[in-house]
This record gives sequence, structure tokens and C-alpha cells, in this order.
Amino acid sequence: MAAKNQIATTINGEPVDFLCKPRESLLEILRGNLGMTGAKEGCNNGNCGACTVLIDGLPVNSCLVLGVEVEGVEITTVEGIADASQLDPIQDCFVEGAALQCGICTPGFIVTTRALLDKKPDADEQTIRFDLSGNLCRCTGYDKIVRAIQHVASESKG
Amino acid sequence: MSTSTNGKYRVLGTRPRRHDGTDKVTGKAVYSNDVQLPGLLAGFVLRSPHAHARIISIDTSEAEATAGVHAVVTGKDFPNVANKIADLGEGSINLSNLSDNVMAKTKVLYKGHPVAAVAAVDVHVAEEAAGKIKVEYEKLDSVTWVLDAMKDDAPLLHEDVFTDHMGEKDETPSNTPTHLHFEKGNIEEGFAQADVVIEREFRTATVHQGYIEPHSSTADWNENGRLHVWTSTQGAFTARQQTAEILQIPISKVVVTPCEIGGGFGGKIAVYGEPVAAILSKLSGRPVKIQMTRAEVFESTGPTPGSFMRVKMGATSDGTLVAGEAWLAYDAGAYPGGMIGPGCMCVFSCYDIEHAVVDGYDVCLNKPHTKAYRAPGATQVAFAAEQVVDEIAEQLGICKLKIRQLNAASEGTRRVDGPVYPPVGFVECLAAAEASDHWNTPLEGENVGRGIAAGFWFGCGLKSAVSLMVNHDGTVNLTEGSPDIGGTRTSIAMQLAEVLGIEAADVVPRVADTDSVGYTDVTGGSRVTFATGLAAYEAGIDLQTQMKKRAAGLWECAEDDISIDQGTFSAGEKKAGFKELAQELFKEGEPLVARASVAPDCATNSFGLHLVDLKVDPETGKATILRYTAIQDAGKAIHPSYVEGQMQGGAVQGIGWALNEEYFYGDDDTMDNASFLDYRIPTMLDVPMIDTIIVEVANPDHPYGVRGVGETPIVPPPGAIANAMAVAAGTRIYELPMSPPKVWKAMTDNS
Repeated sequence: MAAKNQIATTINGEPVDFLCKPRESLLEILRGNLGMTGAKEGCNNGNCGACTVLIDGLPVNSCLVLGVEVEGVEITTVEGIADASQLDPIQDCFVEGAALQCGICTPGFIVTTRALLDKKPDADEQTIRFDLSGNLCRCTGYDKIVRAIQHVASESKG
Repeated sequence: MSTSTNGKYRVLGTRPRRHDGTDKVTGKAVYSNDVQLPGLLAGFVLRSPHAHARIISIDTSEAEATAGVHAVVTGKDFPNVANKIADLGEGSINLSNLSDNVMAKTKVLYKGHPVAAVAAVDVHVAEEAAGKIKVEYEKLDSVTWVLDAMKDDAPLLHEDVFTDHMGEKDETPSNTPTHLHFEKGNIEEGFAQADVVIEREFRTATVHQGYIEPHSSTADWNENGRLHVWTSTQGAFTARQQTAEILQIPISKVVVTPCEIGGGFGGKIAVYGEPVAAILSKLSGRPVKIQMTRAEVFESTGPTPGSFMRVKMGATSDGTLVAGEAWLAYDAGAYPGGMIGPGCMCVFSCYDIEHAVVDGYDVCLNKPHTKAYRAPGATQVAFAAEQVVDEIAEQLGICKLKIRQLNAASEGTRRVDGPVYPPVGFVECLAAAEASDHWNTPLEGENVGRGIAAGFWFGCGLKSAVSLMVNHDGTVNLTEGSPDIGGTRTSIAMQLAEVLGIEAADVVPRVADTDSVGYTDVTGGSRVTFATGLAAYEAGIDLQTQMKKRAAGLWECAEDDISIDQGTFSAGEKKAGFKELAQELFKEGEPLVARASVAPDCATNSFGLHLVDLKVDPETGKATILRYTAIQDAGKAIHPSYVEGQMQGGAVQGIGWALNEEYFYGDDDTMDNASFLDYRIPTMLDVPMIDTIIVEVANPDHPYGVRGVGETPIVPPPGAIANAMAVAAGTRIYELPMSPPKVWKAMTDNS
């Protein structure tokens, strides 16, 4: 068995050290070693987006990132999107707009949307559909997800 | 803000936030793969690489000797299960076949069929150890297309399967366990009356439900012989029954906790990893989790049948459909019992046709055992029948909406399989289509087309139980047994809130394990908001009855003097709302609890009609959906947002089925595209907004008129898209999926 590496990183603003084997993915580290099960495993090969996290602000499929690669970066997971007392506007609009059914893809959508709206706060429908096309949802037909994001984007226009 | 769809109700028809919403947008909701237990081991299942083979021997010695491995199982570790049929609520299953599907004993029948499993300290160790298991196979000829499997010289999957023709059994074994036959009227007479007759052949590919959450099951078999299973299931009680039967232990020795479920659509009713994890747990003395990979989900669970269909319909010159004949062969996969029954019942279910005959064949072949997928069996036949209806309209020069209105099934129409419809809302759906902005907006441009198609699903009642506990403050905890896949905690809580005169937020709904709530059938058959909602309504009435009795003591009046209006109790001067009275009664005496259980024996009959505009690119054959409207009779939309969500989600699954999705099989009859990259479900970029029109024709079997809406929306899309494609491409396509190469070829051949 290969020796474990010690990795120092930042997750949701907190410094985190963990030990990982060279083969372990960031998704495995988050869900297994660190007990952060918000990122979901839908395919484990980068096709579905349910495990999306932000690395230095950019959305990535955490199943395609190795644990040993995250030394020194800043990671944001779905657990770090809301603050202690209230939901992020994206989360709030997803609940209010019935933009989830089974909810398994929802963490990935929330995280990818956060990255999109940080970059383009007033994203239009086509931009939303393009930027989130890497996140699969089988329940909603996407309609209410797009509308919820549009709602957040329109609020940002004031 | 919540807005009511009508003035009659206070809570129904509004759009409150779902109770589990916050936990699901913050990542806190616990799905099956999120379960963590002290000492948890990981299981890995070794699967057949062959489509059809006899197992000669399995040598697990090297795997067992691997460091980190705690247990190894093969078919030999499973008890013998009698050839017994178990009723699982929605559909029945042969337990011996089920056990064999969970772990092969003597033969493997499809690529991905489990042959052994390993429990180890982590999944990588388990996978490596599984790779050291030596399985010797004798490869057998295989077959993956229904018509090939029906041939006399086809490779035979089961020596003990003899075709049952409505009670009469053949004497030589075959791959066709069941031949169904239904008829009404006199088919020769019917076609003799017809001025136009259209007969076509259709083929549809095997498709998968495609839920985003892979199956995951954790089992802990303790030292007292009690087994606890945490799993992703549409029905905890059916999972318990199947697990107990496969392991041959009493049901009382098993408790199943249904975790949050990441989609099911009919594919999470049968058990797969549950009994395997259980035996690994028993052998190792540790809890064991088996999580499937995406490839395993595609290759070893679900899919829904591919089919061959021949449909012939006749009409008189005024457009009256007078005769319908269908010959259907559906792929059951590796074991008997696919979706042919509902296919037969649904092929002509939308129309009042005097003379009809349907023959249906359930066909075994070397694919995974097929399962329900949202209105199982109905989408295939609608793809066929709705095209034939369109072609009849074309030949007669009748409007395609008009011909459906002329022949629409309504109260009193008898379906070919016997039942006569109670009040149903198909005529109202057609009227809504006629009045819709979509229908009345002309579609212009080159290579564009508009199509419509109808759909029907029975919906069922089955068994549900709920219990209520009233808190000090008059809020109510509602315990139910229906796993919540799309917001049903809230649609059930809303019905209770309506009865009691409180807010949806005053109800605390909880989906309980099998030790903690009365028996409840699966979340399926569009039944939860209907039947579990009915149980919640009845439990509310039970609670009010008890409260009325105790209020009579408190208020020193006769029980009959107390009336209840919108949840408020009153007797002369005395008056109290539900919460106020509940608080009083708690101070005065014993805590308030109530319960109800129901088993409505009826179909809920939901009809729908979809309209689609599309554009096809003649250079590539790729179709783009320009506009889509789904219309459906919900009976009563309890939470309109989630009703719309069902309609939109079903429509998009249907769009995927129509245009893209299919299992590809190689020369060795094994699946070639077991990933979301190669089995491509619609992405956000592939579809437009899905407009919805909810029609409400009350279901007489429910106090609020609920029909249940989950399944019907997947039925019309392939037919509607085929009808639009016929206009846009200038040629009809009789095969699913209507993928770009097929459309391009059809257009090229046509020009």
C-alpha cells in the first residue's frame, strides 16, 4: 500500500490538513476522510457534475481531482455556500422556486451557479444553460432550475 | 409568496417551501451513500463479462487471503429460494429469479450479472481482491433483440420457461414466458367498416431511468440476528420483504431505513446490493456498504424494455376510429416479467374504439432484467399508436387535434383490457390544447414541424399508513412510509394542514423506517400524493374526532353540538382553532395521537397531451426543440410547482428517449455505452423551457380530487416528437431513438 501524503489546504475558509493516498480523489477525501458528504457521487468520471466544488473560485468535478493536487488551494464546497444563519440567495431561490425534486444533483448545481454568478451576476438564459450544461438533472427538466437562477440574476440587477 | 389556484381551499393549490428543501440545498440531507457507521467496510461486486455463460467454477481463495479483505461471497452463500411469486405492491416478482439476479448461481444471463462480492477495508482493496477471484465460464450463444429471441432456434435462457397463453402453457420451453391477449368487439367487423386503414411497424431501443444517484446499500447484521439496512429505495417495506425472502429470514428480523433517494423512476424497487451487503456483514461481523458505479447502474439495473410493435388502426371517413389491432413484443431482459402488461392496456387507452385486439409477448433475452420506468410500457405504445392516428388524420385531411377530440376516451369508455373509465379529464386536456397560446401561434420556417400526442397512465392506490403526534404547541408530527422523491412530504403535509386548518409549515413530516410506521407500498404508480395523502386526510379526521369528544368534556356540551369549520371547533359561544384546542387538551389530559391506513382499490386515470415544435437540421439530422407545452389532468394540483415539475421532468425524459437515448450492444452482446458520456441524457443546453397547463377534473375517489401526476408526462413526448419530425423532415421515423444519423438517413433517402 502506498504511503500517505500530508496535504494542507483551505476548505470553506478554514485551514484543513489531511492524509491521503496518491490514488484518492478529492471527492473521496471530502466524503470519506473529512465526512463532508454534501458533494455527491453520481458517476465518478466527470460526466454528471454532482460532485462539483470550487477550487480557487473555479468549478471542478472533485471526482477528477486527486487529493494530492489540492495542496495550498482554496476549496469551496456546498457546505460553505450558506453562512451560519441564512441561505445563500441561490439556495433560497432553489427552495422557493421548487428547483429541486430528488435533490441529489442540487449541491452541484448550487456550487456551479455560485461560480457563474460570481463571474457574471446578471447572466442571461443562454449563458446559464451553457455554463450549467455539465450538471445533469434527471428530475426537473431544468426549467425551474433555470428560472431560479434567472431570479437570482435579476435581483442582482436591482 | 404563495398564491392559491382557487378560493375553495386555504392550503391546497398554494406553493409553500418544501420541508426538506433547506437540507437538500445545503448538502445536509442524508442519502444512502452518505451513511457512515463505525467499522464500516466497503463491498465490491464481481460481475460477469459475458452476455450468457454457464459458471463452471469459482475460486475465491486468493481474494480471501488478501490483506484488508474481511469476507467473500458467491452464489453458494445464498439460501435456496422457492419458485414463489411475491406481490411487491406495484407488480410482482419471482423470488427465485430475484435471488438469482442478485447473485448468479449456475448461469450468468447478461454482462454485469453478479457472480461474487468482496468486503474489505476500502473499496479499492475490495476491487483488487475481486480481481483475484477466478471464475471459469462456459460461454453460451446470446441474444439481445426481441424478435431474434422469439425464434425457435434462439439461444434459450431458461429451461423451465414455457409460454403461458392466458392460462394455457406450451410444452416446449421458450424465451417467451407470457403471451397476453385482449379483445373487445369484433375486429373483422371493425376493419370492414373502415374507409382508411394504416398499419405500421415500430422499434424502440432499451433505455435507462438514469437517476443521478447510483444504488447504494449499507447492511449491519448484528449478533442477535437482526439486520438493519439503509438503502436508496422507492419502498422500504418491499425492500424489507425482498431482502428477508432472499436471505430466508423472518421479516421481523429486518429493518429498512429508506434514506433520501436520488431519483428512482421505477428503477429502485427491486433489491440489488441489499442482500449481498447483508451476507457480507454476517460473515465479517461488520457493517458493509455496497455503492454501485455508474457503469454498474447501466449494465446491471433497470433498464426499461426495448420493443417491436405492429399497430394497425382503421377509421371511417369522418375520422371515427373503428378498429385497432396491436402486436407487441417487449424485452423483459434476463428474467420473465417485463412491462408488456401495461403496454397492452395502454396502446389504445386514449381512444374510444369499438373493436380492438391486442397481443403482447414478454420476451427474455441477454440484457439486465427490465424494470418500470415512469408509466412502464406506455411510452413505447404511445410512440406507435399516436403516429398511426396522425397518419389516419393526414389521409383523411382532418385536423390532428380534431381527430383526437372526436375519439377521446371519456367517462364510460371501456378499455380493451376491460375497465370502464370513471370521470376522466382527457377531453378537457384537448380543449386546453385547442385554447393554448402554443396551438394558436403559427409555426413558420424551413424544416420545422409541430406535433402533438396523447398519453395515459392508470395510477394506483395500494396501501399507505400515517401516524400523527400532536406537539404541546399544536403543531403536528406526521410519520409516513413513502420515500419522498419529488416533494411528497409537502404535498401530504398540505392535505393534513387543509383538514386541520393549520399551515403546511405547522406539520413536521418524516419518512420513517419499517419499524416505525405502518406498512406502506412503494413510491410509484403516481400514488403517493393520492394514497398517502388520503391516509393523511383520514388521520386528520381521526384526530378531529378524538378532539371533538374531548372538547365536549372540556366545554361541558354534547359532542354533536360541536361543529368543525375549516379546522375551527365551535359550540355556541365556545370556539377554538386547532392549535388552541390542542394546547388546551394537552394541559387537560393525555397526549393526542392519531393514525389512519388506507388501501384504495382504484386507478386514478391521468391523461395528458403534449405539443412540440421542432426544427431539424438537414445537414446533420439533429433536431432542436423550439417550443414545448405539456398539458395534464392532475385532478387537483396540491402543490402546483411540484405538479409542473413532474410534467416538465417527465417531458424532458421523454425528449431524451425520443432523440438520443439507447443501449448500444456490440457483437458480443455486451453494452458498449455504460456511462453518462456515451448514454447521453438531456443536458440543460438540449431543451427549452417546458410550458405547462394543469387541468383539474376531480378524481371522485379522493376527497380533494387528486389523481397523481408523476408518470403520464413521459408517455406523449416520443410520439409528439415523431409527429413533429414527420412534418419537419418530410418523412416519418418509426424507430426510437430518432437520433441524428437515423433522421439524416431518412431525409437523405427521401430526397
